Amino acid sequence: MGNAGTIQVMQTGHSGQTGQMVHLDKVGLEFSRAGASNPVLHGLSFSILEGGFRWLLGPSGAGKTSLLRLLHLAVRPTQGRLTLLGQDIGAASRSRLPELRRRIGMVFQDFRLLPHLSAFDNVALPLRLAGRPEGQVRVDAVELLSWVGLSKKLLSRPAELSGGEQQRVAIARAVVARPLLLLADEPTGNLDEPQAERLMQLLHEMNRLGTTVVVATHNAALVSRHPAHTLRLADGQLVRDD
Amino acid sequence: MLRPARFDDLGLRRALSDRLLPSLVAAMAFLAALALAGTIAASALAQHWQEGAGSVLTVQVPQPAAAASNGAGTRLDRVVALLRATPGVALARALDDNELATLLRPWLGSGSGRIALPLPAVIDVRLTDAALDTGRLLAHVEALAPGTLLESHDRWARRLAVLARSLQACAGLALAVVGFVAVAVIAVAVRAGLAARRDAIEIVHGLGATDGYIAGRFARRATLLASAGAGLGALAAVPVLLGLAGLAAPFTGQPADVGAAGFANALPLALWLSLPALPVLAAAVGWLTAQSTVRQWLRRLP
Repeated sequence: MGNAGTIQVMQTGHSGQTGQMVHLDKVGLEFSRAGASNPVLHGLSFSILEGGFRWLLGPSGAGKTSLLRLLHLAVRPTQGRLTLLGQDIGAASRSRLPELRRRIGMVFQDFRLLPHLSAFDNVALPLRLAGRPEGQVRVDAVELLSWVGLSKKLLSRPAELSGGEQQRVAIARAVVARPLLLLADEPTGNLDEPQAERLMQLLHEMNRLGTTVVVATHNAALVSRHPAHTLRLADGQLVRDD
Repeated sequence: MLRPARFDDLGLRRALSDRLLPSLVAAMAFLAALALAGTIAASALAQHWQEGAGSVLTVQVPQPAAAASNGAGTRLDRVVALLRATPGVALARALDDNELATLLRPWLGSGSGRIALPLPAVIDVRLTDAALDTGRLLAHVEALAPGTLLESHDRWARRLAVLARSLQACAGLALAVVGFVAVAVIAVAVRAGLAARRDAIEIVHGLGATDGYIAGRFARRATLLASAGAGLGALAAVPVLLGLAGLAAPFTGQPADVGAAGFANALPLALWLSLPALPVLAAAVGWLTAQSTVRQWLRRLP
């Protein structure tokens, strides 16, 4: 499909939800350095309805990570209008954003775990930031870490874990607060095949329970095993939305 | 284990070291204690000097043995009687020959008592009312004994007051400089902590931490370290201040041996009350400085 038009796609997955979780209208993003601007995203327009599941595809450097950073509110768009969780991000005050971020889960390509904290404390962090009671924090964090197969490594620090284990901790941290929007950047990059399948089951389960999921990946085999709507980027532009 | 006690999500126990910052704040608190002592001592000295000099008069009566103008008694007796009868005068006493000789010895040598010079009588007057109208008193005295001189120490008292106020201002300025340096030291330490924990801050910020949460973590750590450092600095200043109090004892009327006066009495009460306030003040400075520094730094994040 074209890259400039706004495309509404009815979602698979969580049925009965029709509100827009994500809406981009001619959104662009550029970084300025030493007076020179470096555009990384151009004129992106698309919507994702609540409860949707999207693959985000494209070659390296296409802008997938930048788009996920936009959706995670790590940067604000420099052009166009981004609406997330019903909030116009361009117009939102800075003090409003932390509350929105707590409703968005993110699995980073480089894990972004806090190296001085144990696996348990890394997973517990979003719950503690949300002010959950400590008893509930303990139950939920232990449950999630058990689910990703790390019940025996609760107190291990990231440096004591393998890449795959760190990836699983990052996944547990992203989903523990039951976010409304879950973003994942190459979440299976450090996982073996069974673990990757297990992760996909988790993502589908969260999607079934109502979480909107966006997954950026290079893994064509994974996409073919789990067909869903896709957004394809190239050179910072949306070249396909189906 | 899984308890959140001492939960340090930003790793500030290492980023804001418990050695450098408390040591620097301790040095600042030590200097602040000395400056405080200077302020309080200058204030006490000013009061002491003003009370002493302001309440003393010296009266010189030439030809003291001559008859007074009203013909009743000598000039000296009449002047002393008038002074003693004046409201606001606590004591009027004519110096005897030995005391006069002692006063003159620095100028005339040890034989001053044998020199046949017509010397005036000197009357030492102590006042209970430092605001006594000396002009009017002099007019009354002159009526009895013309040529009598009356020297008020007011002028010296005023000069001493100016000197004491200057000392106080210097001590206050030193205190302000110490405070400014303490703020700068804490701000630099917090900035170094921000730089060292930039990744962790960005992660926690991305997970939904508010500016207040992150600034609060830094402020709590800075408050703890600043108050601990100031406590150490104030404690270290106590023996130095006691030593200085011993040296200053001859000027303040205290015994030179601090132990003899008792440690509690060796320093002014205001200073004993100010020293424990230093850690509290440092804690407040640490908290405010960390809060403002971190919040300003966080504005670069969306």
